Amino acid sequence: MKKIFVLLFISLYFASCSDDDNNSGLSPASTTLSFSHNWNGTPVSNADFNTIQFTNENGEMLSIERLRYLISDITFTTTSNEVLNLNNYNLIDLTNGTNLDFSLGTQIPPGSYSNVSFTFGFDNEDNSQNYLDLNSASFNVPDMLGGGYHYMQFDGKYIDNTNMEANFNYHAIRAVDNPGMNPTFPQDTFFTVNLGAVTVSGDTTLNIEMNIAEWFTNPNTWDLNQLNTVLMPNSAAQIQMYQNGQSVFTLGSVSQ
Amino acid sequence: MKKLIYIICLCFLFSSCSSDNENEGLTPVDETPNALDLDIPEIFSNNIIPPVIPNDNTQTVEGIALGKRLFFDNILSGDQSISCASCHSPQNAFTDNTPTSVGIDGVFGTRNSMPLFNLAWNYNERFAWDGKELSLERQALEPVENPIEMHSDWENVVNRLQNHPEYPELFRLAFNTSTITKELAAKAIAQFERTLISANSKFDRYSLGQETLTSQELNGLDVFLREDKGDCFHCHGNPNNPLWTDNDFHNNGLDTAFTDLGLGAVTGDPNDNGKFRSPSLRNLAYTAPFMHDGRFATIDEVIDHYSEGLQNSPTIDPLMKNIAQGGVQLSAQDKADLKAFLLTLSDPSFLTNPDFQN
Repeated sequence: MKKIFVLLFISLYFASCSDDDNNSGLSPASTTLSFSHNWNGTPVSNADFNTIQFTNENGEMLSIERLRYLISDITFTTTSNEVLNLNNYNLIDLTNGTNLDFSLGTQIPPGSYSNVSFTFGFDNEDNSQNYLDLNSASFNVPDMLGGGYHYMQFDGKYIDNTNMEANFNYHAIRAVDNPGMNPTFPQDTFFTVNLGAVTVSGDTTLNIEMNIAEWFTNPNTWDLNQLNTVLMPNSAAQIQMYQNGQSVFTLGSVSQ
Repeated sequence: MKKLIYIICLCFLFSSCSSDNENEGLTPVDETPNALDLDIPEIFSNNIIPPVIPNDNTQTVEGIALGKRLFFDNILSGDQSISCASCHSPQNAFTDNTPTSVGIDGVFGTRNSMPLFNLAWNYNERFAWDGKELSLERQALEPVENPIEMHSDWENVVNRLQNHPEYPELFRLAFNTSTITKELAAKAIAQFERTLISANSKFDRYSLGQETLTSQELNGLDVFLREDKGDCFHCHGNPNNPLWTDNDFHNNGLDTAFTDLGLGAVTGDPNDNGKFRSPSLRNLAYTAPFMHDGRFATIDEVIDHYSEGLQNSPTIDPLMKNIAQGGVQLSAQDKADLKAFLLTLSDPSFLTNPDFQN
């Protein structure tokens, strides 16, 4: 009887080894999106927070005290235009240095892709869902402002035109008018970030860079003396954030 | 042959009985503590991620019972005159009603006693006003030896517990050992504290479709959520985050200079000076006075502070609005409505829950 068990065990062991070997030959590589931040090329980490040391396009000196933002719906488009759409999301929190690296695991088959993209924020369908982790992170937008979630929470201080320190809350959400029981939405303010062509071969890290200064620059030169706080119910400000956001992200290096 | 088989059977029977008796004498009957999951309220499971339960201190019936016994027992204090409940009374949502709390020597501390509920949902596990305690278990160790609180030492307390007629058995039931340590005592207290769940307020029932709010309470919710009015929700949660706190640290504009550095004294980072943990807005009806030093006696004073009383300082949170004008400038009506809404977050059943009484 013992002999039978030993034989059975050995058979299972070798069958298992054989399976593993086959899988390792076929397994897709592991892919990671790594988010880094800069101010017109100068790296920014949370160690640079809380000090008024950055100058925006309009000439205002400012500090960063809190920066977290949401990305979702990462896609990989093959050269034959097949789209691999990962229905996922990630709350990047530079303040606490968390989720800067977003592992996609082995979902991406090795190969050449004509484009990689993600959504800044949530599209409207995703924004209408209930996410327990984002609720727990207090990232919600109140229902009277359309509900759903912040796309970005960017808080800091600036030197105003009376040479005094003042606060700003650059909070990006879905643009909304008529806050209340029946809010209306003048235009979508989530946007797709196209990173361009990427080849995945072996474990791959896509280094994605956010130039924070761009939020204040292009095409709208942001005047913090005019637009500083209470921007969530300001649909015109939200649309300007959407416009400026288009040039904020770029693909840096791809490491394999 | 039959007789032989009979004798052999009897021998086996007796040897078997003998063996069992010997085992009973040498090895205690297995009394593994009975696991008891937290009873997670629907309003939480619908909206927020699960509570934090450490792998090395899972909830058990026996551990919770022991923790409750310890929580209410004066044996932990130097002169055996106060217990955890002296400053964390069930009738006050597990805080007390003085600005700061008095210890066994009649000396008052510098901080307001924090109310205790929904602690297992503090995901960052930074406890106390200044975040100095990195788990509930570690927090439970501190007051015993704090010279202005229980002013005892754990060696004495462990000796008292070890020589107590009942505690060694209670520890054995909870942790499979009757050798008492301060770490096991703290684990038991933490287990009990994690059961202190408050989620049956009027607003909870409103969220679950079981109750309606008055127009004043609804307007108060509007004030709470509007960025151009109260803008309370960025730090204090919202209907989708029913903890009613972000459990994060903020300088909310109490002072221009700090006598208490708060988080800054813990991290050593001057950027953290004057920051304290946002308390939950649940159970405000029972937890006055307010703020880390208990400076505000009423909810009205708290609302007035955010409306007109903000004080600027280098680390004031950017979420504080209109600092130069003193705050968000609410009308008298908005203040009254906001207060009415805040009171809907109070949960009277939490005060009388028999599981939480001595």
